[in-house]
Amino acid sequence: MADIKLSGVRKTYANKVQVIHGVDVAIADGEFIVIVGPSGCGKSTLLRMIAGLEPITEGEIAIGGKRVNNVEPKDRNIAMVFQNYALYPHMTVYDNMAYGLRIRSLSKADIETRVQRAAKILELGPLLQRKPRELSGGQRQRVAMGRAIVREPAAFLFDEPLSNLDAKLRVQMRLEIQKLHRELRTTSIFVTHDQVEAMTLADRMIVMNAGVVEQIGRPIEVYENPASLFVAGFIGSPAMNFIPGQRSGDDVEVGEGVRVPLPAELRAAAPQAITVGVRPEHFVASGGGGPVFKLKVDTVEALGADSMLHCAFGGASLVVRVDGHATPEPGSPVPVSAMAGKLYFFDSTSGRRLRP
Amino acid sequence: MVENRPVLRFFQHLILIVGVIIVAFPLYVTFVASTLTYDQIVTVPMPLLPGDQLWANYSQVLTAGSQKGSSAPVSAMLVNSFIVAIGVALGKISISIISAFAIVYFRFPGRTFFFWMIFVTLMLPIEVRIIPTFKVASDLGLLDSYAGLTLPLIASATATFLFRQFFLTIPDELAEAARIDGAGPLRFFWDVVVPLSKTNMAALFVILFIHGWNQYLWPLLITGQESMYTVVIGIKRMIAGGDASNEWNLIMATAILALLPPALVVVLMQKWFVKGLVDTEK
Repeated sequence: MADIKLSGVRKTYANKVQVIHGVDVAIADGEFIVIVGPSGCGKSTLLRMIAGLEPITEGEIAIGGKRVNNVEPKDRNIAMVFQNYALYPHMTVYDNMAYGLRIRSLSKADIETRVQRAAKILELGPLLQRKPRELSGGQRQRVAMGRAIVREPAAFLFDEPLSNLDAKLRVQMRLEIQKLHRELRTTSIFVTHDQVEAMTLADRMIVMNAGVVEQIGRPIEVYENPASLFVAGFIGSPAMNFIPGQRSGDDVEVGEGVRVPLPAELRAAAPQAITVGVRPEHFVASGGGGPVFKLKVDTVEALGADSMLHCAFGGASLVVRVDGHATPEPGSPVPVSAMAGKLYFFDSTSGRRLRP
Repeated sequence: MVENRPVLRFFQHLILIVGVIIVAFPLYVTFVASTLTYDQIVTVPMPLLPGDQLWANYSQVLTAGSQKGSSAPVSAMLVNSFIVAIGVALGKISISIISAFAIVYFRFPGRTFFFWMIFVTLMLPIEVRIIPTFKVASDLGLLDSYAGLTLPLIASATATFLFRQFFLTIPDELAEAARIDGAGPLRFFWDVVVPLSKTNMAALFVILFIHGWNQYLWPLLITGQESMYTVVIGIKRMIAGGDASNEWNLIMATAILALLPPALVVVLMQKWFVKGLVDTEK
């Protein structure tokens, strides 16, 4: 068990391409951190730098208060779970888990206890003598986690561990990882591109884009208070609607004659080009006050419990979530307004959220 | 073919049978000749049914050799051939798996350069470099020794290249997982790379054993004493001169003996051989 601290971590490849532009984050002991971002944002590279598989160009990484920049992966007291599981194909499940322990020359009895305990937690008991090729994807994933658990490391590093599983299994494994973390309370860093995994697993999440940390915070905080256009669009499904507009006095002109009043505390610093954001679930039937968006339904995605209405507004397409029973027909008009306090204002040029 | 027409089937079989006869007939003649007396062989036409000299011919070549050509016993030659073939096959496999491991898993200056150096030697046939190789071997005093017979044949670009291609298909994460597990390069090599290469090694062993067994030019140059002859050279040395002076029955018996071990290796290792060529389990 240990805390992990990253200060000013940068990564530049030999061809002068900088992929990580200075990351500062302090991860508390026992915390479950999810690094989330689109592919190519540098999240896996960052994880591999923590694991010691990728050299650190600049900055410092400390695990348990000890600087580990030049420490070999095996001495960092971490365990990693890979996307393609990386199980040794010629070894049985038991040997896969025991291999690292044997190298550490633990006693046979000690190895036996640890492997059996991990097998019990992950329900791998009957599979211990099988080879990886005789296992299903979910079982292989569990073996990979077992291999991490037996090490009793200071931290678990997960590199998109659920991406190779089918949708149903992914949900199941997600719950298992959650349960596992509740039981073991080991500091964990989990990299994913799936915002649902990030929302459900994280104690705190780190949203990354293009090698830069956009926002760090508890999932619900990030959802309710996105720091930028990118975060607002990336977290939440379906994504937040963005309506580009121009400032005109104390309002934002968003087209089709709709003027969204700018909250008083934002007026002082507001730029000319402003993007207004509304989440699909924050639209309500108009009448509650606030500006009314007169939308016309283009297509309807009926999901059962609720329906997504894709509507045209100005040049953009907006998504509105409504109750599954009260679904209007395509072509019908839907006048909606946003719930009070659920309008987000962003600087269109910088992408930053407008803050008082 | 999805169609199942009797006429077509007949021709398919006919072609296959003719093919088998074309391939097998010379072998059959060799075998028949090895069971005849010298006088029977030189009669025209030669009999095509086995004679009664099988035991006499084979026991003579195995224990005493021929009388007119080389007189070394073939049993000793078979032992020599065996030592050379095994030495070449195992030597080539160990050297090339190590060099391929270095080229794939280590970053060192000139890595690509060395790989291409090895690769380029593929283009040079042994005949091109045989004179300098002979000079080196003779200066080192390797003439008429097992070391001289095997060492110069051991370096193998082909095997190195094959292992390299195989290693490139092993996922990088496996090496990284081993690194996190605390396995150094050598442990990773022994515990992961070598076990995974087993089928490849078996396939290569079959090819290289036959290659080593059938070596002709190099043993011909480097061996002078009869005690160091390999069986392939032995056959050549038994053919002393014109047709009449050769004991063809004994030469044919030797040829059959020379043919058996490679055939046995192929038959016994066939399963592994095919597995090594087609297996992609990783």
